[in-house]
Amino acid sequence: MKITEGLRGAVQRVDDCIWEIPVQAKAGMLVPARLYASGPLLEQMDDGVFEQVTNVACLPGIVRASLCMPDGHWGYGFPIGGVAAFRADTGVISPGGIGFDINCGMRLIRTGLTEDEVRPRLHELIAALFNAVPAGVGAKGFVRLSGSEFKTVMVEGAGWCVARGYGWPEDLAHIEGRGCLAGADPERVSARALERGTQQLGTLGSGNHYLEIQVVRPGAIHDERSARVLGVDGPGQVFVMLHCGSRGFGHQVGTDYLKVFDRAMPQYGISVRDRELACAPFRSKEGQAYFGAMTAAANTAFANRQVITHQIREVFSKVFGRDAHALGLTVVYDVCHNTAKLERHMVDGRELELVVHRKGATRAFGPGEPDVPPDYREIGQPVIVGGSMETGSALLVGTARAMAETWGSTAHGAGRTMSRAQAKRRVWGETLIKDMEARGIVVRAASKSGVAEEAGFAYKDLTAVVDTLQRLDISRRVVSLTPIGNIKG
Amino acid sequence: MGRYTFLDDVALADCAVEIEGRSLDDLFETAAAAIARLMVDPATLAITVERTISLEASELDMLLYDWLSEMIFLKDRDSQVFPHARVRVTGDGPYRLAADVQGGTIEPGRTALGADPKAVTFHLFALEPRDGGWRARVVIDI
Repeated sequence: MKITEGLRGAVQRVDDCIWEIPVQAKAGMLVPARLYASGPLLEQMDDGVFEQVTNVACLPGIVRASLCMPDGHWGYGFPIGGVAAFRADTGVISPGGIGFDINCGMRLIRTGLTEDEVRPRLHELIAALFNAVPAGVGAKGFVRLSGSEFKTVMVEGAGWCVARGYGWPEDLAHIEGRGCLAGADPERVSARALERGTQQLGTLGSGNHYLEIQVVRPGAIHDERSARVLGVDGPGQVFVMLHCGSRGFGHQVGTDYLKVFDRAMPQYGISVRDRELACAPFRSKEGQAYFGAMTAAANTAFANRQVITHQIREVFSKVFGRDAHALGLTVVYDVCHNTAKLERHMVDGRELELVVHRKGATRAFGPGEPDVPPDYREIGQPVIVGGSMETGSALLVGTARAMAETWGSTAHGAGRTMSRAQAKRRVWGETLIKDMEARGIVVRAASKSGVAEEAGFAYKDLTAVVDTLQRLDISRRVVSLTPIGNIKG
Repeated sequence: MGRYTFLDDVALADCAVEIEGRSLDDLFETAAAAIARLMVDPATLAITVERTISLEASELDMLLYDWLSEMIFLKDRDSQVFPHARVRVTGDGPYRLAADVQGGTIEPGRTALGADPKAVTFHLFALEPRDGGWRARVVIDI
């Protein structure tokens, strides 16, 4: 990517881990760009981040600043880790600020099991999960849906699943937006999107998506009180983490509307620096149609993770010979990291309705916020930050500072530092699988080359990202989780 | 057939590919082979399916966008991948594509899987005549 002359050089430090690119740095910037990163993490950010975060700062209706979280890296249109809020009345909505994998997100499931109980049956467990949760190219799920049923899923999200026995009623309280975002409009979804996604409910996908068995190591609990509230009993406890999204259905919605917006921009007098930033006024015909279709895809992603949760519970019950309730398989939380949502935030002392885009960024609402489940309200919304398949992940909570500073947003993962091709050149998938097995991590994957692409060395150090979030106080770390089993597409 | 090259460092988390063809038809045929190779090892795919595909777009580059998007769509809807294509592009805006494609259904355990493309992006997207032939650059979200 061609970098505007001096863009990296225009970065000014405004606080310990906050950096700003002023509006003068690029023609057309309406607000500054703000990068949230430690010095070393800022250095690691590829040049595309600086170009993209300043391009976003040029979009109509953007409020306060164009933001990038500490795990930021090159995306298309927005950087991964990009957060931007637009006025609902005069601003735009852009598929490039959400990504093709609408409501890609994370779910963490607690178990009452310990590593000592799971380790002897780990291979059996991973094999059974690999069979129960289809992964990789061309995979189909077990749920059969008619077109009209699929449209109901789009509106009801995870609630549809619970009503049909794929989950427990109490699961819903621990999902962002209760697993059902308002505004879904199945009539704004193309027939192709419907055809593409109908058979994929309950599938994992591939790329960086995974289902992981994780354990709490001694010393991994950083905040005892919050950990207890979130169902973390202590070292040795086993958790299940899930990373996936809306599958082909959401990808098709993104594809369809990128073309719609690409054609519509001239009629609204909008020009963008990057075609992937195609956008339309939120209140326009196209903007509302996309919002309806995008929300339908977001709800389908919640349903996807809910169906997979059902499968996980079935497998654990079978392998350990006890009911899933008895095994304590409760949902800790489920968060989106690719969405645009209508939210109300304080701007210059006034509450405004904003369309908050989070692309590879997680909502991180602080204590006391009404959208945080009542049982977590005292500690803040759980935030699940996924690391690489070798190094582990983290559970954090949102803060009041995030509400004031980043529209209640934080990082979503470790962020890549190496291309997929480079990673594949450095290690064979089969070699890595054997090496991980020797280190106590059992891996099953639909694609061996896909495993090599996701090697730990291809990602930033998650600890550095989480430390930065803690220093910034836009989320607080609660517990670190270490993988012992991994399923990949 | 023309030539395709996966580019290492254009897209950190995704896949960039440069495609060259002796003619426009050749470029589209080569593009089909490239995206099929991204998804599976074609040597492990039994070629058992034939299809006819017709597309129309007002711009030539959008015809390529739609062509590759169609391949991704068929992968998800029918679990089918098409490494071989005979393509004819006609028209002068709108542009039309008529293709006969050959491929197969992904068989778990037999087909060696690669990446699972989500979408064709507009990032650095280009289709242009070059050296008497055609060249395209495409970044695919995986």
